[in-house]
Amino acid sequence: MNENDEPVAYMERTRQYYRALGYAQDYVWAHFDDVPFARLGKPLAEARLGLVTTASPPGLENRDAHGVRHVWSGDVAPPPASLFTGNLAWDKESTHTEDRESFLPIETAAGLARDGRFASLAPRFHGVPTEYSQRKTLTEDAPDVLARLRADGADAALLCAL
Amino acid sequence: MSLVARHLEANGIPTVIVGSARDVVEHCSVPRFVFTDFPLGNPCGLPWDRAMQRAIVAQALDLLEGAGRPRITVRAPFTWKADDPGWRARYGRVDPAERERLLAAGRERRERQAEASALKKS
Repeated sequence: MNENDEPVAYMERTRQYYRALGYAQDYVWAHFDDVPFARLGKPLAEARLGLVTTASPPGLENRDAHGVRHVWSGDVAPPPASLFTGNLAWDKESTHTEDRESFLPIETAAGLARDGRFASLAPRFHGVPTEYSQRKTLTEDAPDVLARLRADGADAALLCAL
Repeated sequence: MSLVARHLEANGIPTVIVGSARDVVEHCSVPRFVFTDFPLGNPCGLPWDRAMQRAIVAQALDLLEGAGRPRITVRAPFTWKADDPGWRARYGRVDPAERERLLAAGRERRERQAEASALKKS
């Protein structure tokens, strides 16, 4: 790998960009020294898998009257043709998100379940807002996703971040 | 998304993240991460490339099942389009010639945010 093939330094790139926009303070990304770790309690072939995305519903119905975004859910069967991604930070010059499978692979995962790689997909996928406020994610959205996965009987989760 | 993964793990649900912002995810510290070295937007494979998407999801499942310890990153074995070698320099770049325009855009943005914040509090 040469220098030009190294992963993009997004934190540094973002710092420079927001400084150019005139923001006085740099964003502080979440950082932890510890890592919680759960093991699968059963063989993957017997497990139910939940999917989680950072995309929004097509009509942004997860926004309340005050404009606050909340965790939302959608059915995996039939899967949504498309989702709204225009409010997220992704490389809109280099690519597109017209193929929902490229960022939320419902049908791909369903195919792997049919082939026996895991037992089944949870009946719903869940959408989590990307928030500036880590407090909101930690105290509201993450517990909401957990509750929804538990309600679906999910044993594990595949999280796809745009 | 990394914060969600950590919360799920702490509550007994194993997770695997698929994403393209390696530094952000690893800075947070997550249990299992499949890194797709693509422009942000298509972490699960090139648009419409079903074989690649299947390979990446399968790799995530392998990691979910096989990881014996946390903080493991595996790299998806794919490279971005050969006819677009300049993609790494593109996202969020600051063109010196655009300084004034960016500053003005930032001012506008802060005004909008202040208005939205006032609205939420009212």
